[in-house]
Amino acid sequence: MKTIKVYGPGCKRCETVANLVLEEAEKLGIEVELSKITDMAQIAMAGVLSTPGLVINGTLVHSGSIPKNEEVANWLKS
Amino acid sequence: MTTTNTDNKSRLNETVKNLRLLIYGLLALTLWFIVYWNLNDAATWLTLAMRFTPNTHIFDALQFFLYDTPKVIMLLSLVVFAMGVVRSYFSAERTRALLSGKRQGFGNIAAACLGIVTPFCSCSAVPLFIGFVSANVPLGVTFSFLIAAPMVNEIAIGLLFALVGWKVALAYLLFGLTIAIVAGMVIGRLNLEHWLEPWVLELRSSHATAAEIKLTLQQRMQAGIDALKDILGKVWKWILLGIAVGAFIHGFVPADLLSTIMGKDAWWSVPGAVLLGVPMYSNAAGIIPVVEALIGKGAALGTVLAFMMSVIALSLPEMIILRKVLSVKLILVFVGVVASGILATGFIFNLLFA
Repeated sequence: MKTIKVYGPGCKRCETVANLVLEEAEKLGIEVELSKITDMAQIAMAGVLSTPGLVINGTLVHSGSIPKNEEVANWLKS
Repeated sequence: MTTTNTDNKSRLNETVKNLRLLIYGLLALTLWFIVYWNLNDAATWLTLAMRFTPNTHIFDALQFFLYDTPKVIMLLSLVVFAMGVVRSYFSAERTRALLSGKRQGFGNIAAACLGIVTPFCSCSAVPLFIGFVSANVPLGVTFSFLIAAPMVNEIAIGLLFALVGWKVALAYLLFGLTIAIVAGMVIGRLNLEHWLEPWVLELRSSHATAAEIKLTLQQRMQAGIDALKDILGKVWKWILLGIAVGAFIHGFVPADLLSTIMGKDAWWSVPGAVLLGVPMYSNAAGIIPVVEALIGKGAALGTVLAFMMSVIALSLPEMIILRKVLSVKLILVFVGVVASGILATGFIFNLLFA
């Protein structure tokens, strides 16, 4: 079970990242709990400078662009 | 011993791969130039082949459209690809680290230049603003970055280059940077930190950053191609629409129609253009082909550029987003300072390119 947080004001790119994570998690058979954080103060507090930011189990793994599928799979596995 | 051998081998492999990439790149560039230099003749030939009579309005308009569309798309592709590769060397985190604790003056210049090459999307303006301020980047320096990032963008410069020439594109780049630097310095001098929304100063943002991955040349090239696909995919319809409007003006609107209302003799045309531009929110791609057609029909360059800068740099939606961290007073100062810079640019351009 992994906790996933997608940080972003809710633009299209953040939506894409959220779906990408869910898709890859399902492929790998990993259970995830995904939440989207849209509050600006919380986004800034998490250290996300450019959105979308992706946090897996409390670690910021990526921010500022849409990651590639393989990258997401690697973060989910580790 | 064996490990160093395999190390050397993989390094050699990497070099060979990079060389091959460079050769392919050069070939592609040569091909690009050959096609580019023959576009005008091809467009004329194609228009003639469709049995239109030369020197008629419809011929002129169609030839213009057939020539300009591939020309603009090719130039834009080149610029966007190059920027995509350059941007892969930068990130918002690295830029923040570079600007943290920098003084006014030098900090503003660095921030404006970094604003061009740092990947930035206007929907992250607020987290970026907070992240910068809380990492001891001075307020004025942060503003220099936030002004330069949208205004001096590769789409605007690539399209200006394609449609009105390199001199104008270069002048736009220099004036855009100057506005960002000077506006940031003015805001910094005014010491307006107390005009931020109070919670921003209290907030201590985490400085956790994602681990950086070293990219290979191949991955950087791929980043350029991704940027190309992404941006062209978004703007191609605006470019087509803009060029179609431009072609219509080119073929059917009399040459001196606009010189009285948008010419350089009308002093009020520059402030008028800035005011008109603020509520408009468009990307550079849609507006520039129209800009070119306007200039072709007697509108003064400075007036048209002021309009364009105001559309891109002063957008109502972005101000509404920034209202979350800035007080209304600070937003007004920001708009006032940037608008003055754009006004000055408009007037100076009208004098320079008379």
